[in-house]
Amino acid sequence: MADGATLAMPRAEAPGGASLKRFARRRSTIAFLMTLPLIAVIGGLVAWPAGYAIWLSMLNRRMTQFIGLGNFEILLDSETFRMVIFQSVFFAVTAVILKALIGFWLAHMLHHLPAKGQKKWRGMLLVPWVIPPALSTLGWWWMFEPTYSSINWVLAIFAVPAVPWLGEPWWARISVIIVNVWYGAPFFMIMYLAALKSVPEQLYEAAAIDGATGWQKLRYVTLPMMRNIISITVLFSLIVTFANYDIVRVLTNGGPRDLTHVFASYAFQVGVLAGNIPRGAAVSLFMFPILAVIAFFVLRGVNRRTKEEL
Amino acid sequence: MSATTASRDAPGIYHKAGSLRSERRWALWTAYASLIVAAIIMLAPPVYMFLTSIKTSAEIADLGGNPWIVRSPTLENYRALLSSPMFMGFFWNSVKVTLLVVAVSMVISVLAAFALARMRFWGSQWLATGVFLTYLVPDTLLFIPLYQIVGSLGLLNSTWGLVLVYPTLTVPFCTWIMIGYFASIPKELDEAALIDGANWMQMLVRIFIPVALPGIIAATIFAFTVSWAAFVYPTAFITTPSEMPLTIGVVSQLIRGDTFAWGQLMAGALLAALPPVIVYVFLMDYYIAGLTAGATKG
Repeated sequence: MADGATLAMPRAEAPGGASLKRFARRRSTIAFLMTLPLIAVIGGLVAWPAGYAIWLSMLNRRMTQFIGLGNFEILLDSETFRMVIFQSVFFAVTAVILKALIGFWLAHMLHHLPAKGQKKWRGMLLVPWVIPPALSTLGWWWMFEPTYSSINWVLAIFAVPAVPWLGEPWWARISVIIVNVWYGAPFFMIMYLAALKSVPEQLYEAAAIDGATGWQKLRYVTLPMMRNIISITVLFSLIVTFANYDIVRVLTNGGPRDLTHVFASYAFQVGVLAGNIPRGAAVSLFMFPILAVIAFFVLRGVNRRTKEEL
Repeated sequence: MSATTASRDAPGIYHKAGSLRSERRWALWTAYASLIVAAIIMLAPPVYMFLTSIKTSAEIADLGGNPWIVRSPTLENYRALLSSPMFMGFFWNSVKVTLLVVAVSMVISVLAAFALARMRFWGSQWLATGVFLTYLVPDTLLFIPLYQIVGSLGLLNSTWGLVLVYPTLTVPFCTWIMIGYFASIPKELDEAALIDGANWMQMLVRIFIPVALPGIIAATIFAFTVSWAAFVYPTAFITTPSEMPLTIGVVSQLIRGDTFAWGQLMAGALLAALPPVIVYVFLMDYYIAGLTAGATKG
């Protein structure tokens, strides 16, 4: 990855074959020792639990018997879990698309401002992203509160009837998405703003000389230059959104009637609260194939980007 | 926008300049309009949380009238929280866990990033990719097996269990940022140090850490934010109030029974969010530089 270039250090230049070998050996030993804590964290707290989860998911409820893919079969047969799959996908895809569009729009607008004002506006727009999401969701929960929704109060000024934010399944789904977009859009904005600043000004000048309109500049200069960072950010956010837990937990806790559960909150419900650890593990493992595919594309994007820079 | 196309039939340079200026002014107005709307939406929830937190319970319970104004402001909610041993216990747990995790993560990731960026050894390439992939594994995929593992170590319901598992959240990305920063340091510096007879450790402490200080600050802020805001692990592992950090403490303990103490709940949430907000106010630029460099450079 990033060390691809830096590691191509010419080693054969130093004199003395035997001492060089010893040196290299010593260096790799030191390097290994330095990375040992990292390897311990990755191996012991990520790789090993991931493998353990697969084993767990194939046990029966009391973890006394191996039942193969039984848990996965039961889950796929249940209506509730099929709704969880639908809700997770719907939630992640909708939220990420909205975050990407709003983030792109805001970054573009910020980019137009003179440099001095930019910082102030950027700071204000980043506030949602700074507050731990579990806590800011409490605020949203209070704003959605059915008997006393302050959002409904504002809507009433414009003669909009009261919205049952968390009471009705589709509104509850939309509420969860709203909070997630509110929390995540600033991150996209920051990423896109950095990418926008890295587009060379000459390209726009050249486009202007060729008589390009604002739309054409966006379509043929900005987007191609930002393609890679856009795809990395979107894919990355897809993973994070897909695996989201805190917003659903605080806002709806899966309700009404288990219709807003996503994989993470359902796994929590089944595995920790209801005490069926193997089935909970099976629920969270359903995320794995989707995440693996996304991770593959992220890695490809990052690799390609690194190569472009070399 | 349409002005530029209309001016094509009469291409006078002054005309063109004028339309360009008006186009730019129009763009500026659109920019301000959308930013104002966005800022109102982005700031409304925290502002409303604050307004609620300075209301009395009686005022919150009164359903008539505008919820967005405060008639009789009070600091009672804050006073009650700050003098409550339970809330201060949450605070102290969060501080303890966060400080330990930040320290541990930074030591692990700086050492590893230095080795990965500068010393070639068997498998280093794979390890760097592995670090990145680990960063993409979400905590919600790991909390059930970790629940079993932490349980078998007897660390459920203990802040030490959190100190053990939080590095999975922080170490991969911190290492990733630091690899990027270390790799950008020119080779001439290490050659000079090697000629002067420095060993690897001296090279790291005397040259790499000072030069990559912005990266270290960014990684530290990241580790701090993530461990302060962590929610999945404490929710899963901690059920005794005395061991809870702030996030889950506020969410689970300040909500009790059917009548919510909304004012106190909002005050608690804001107090809990204060430390990361303060850090960002002062160090935002470092953090954003580190984040965007981490994502764009890799």
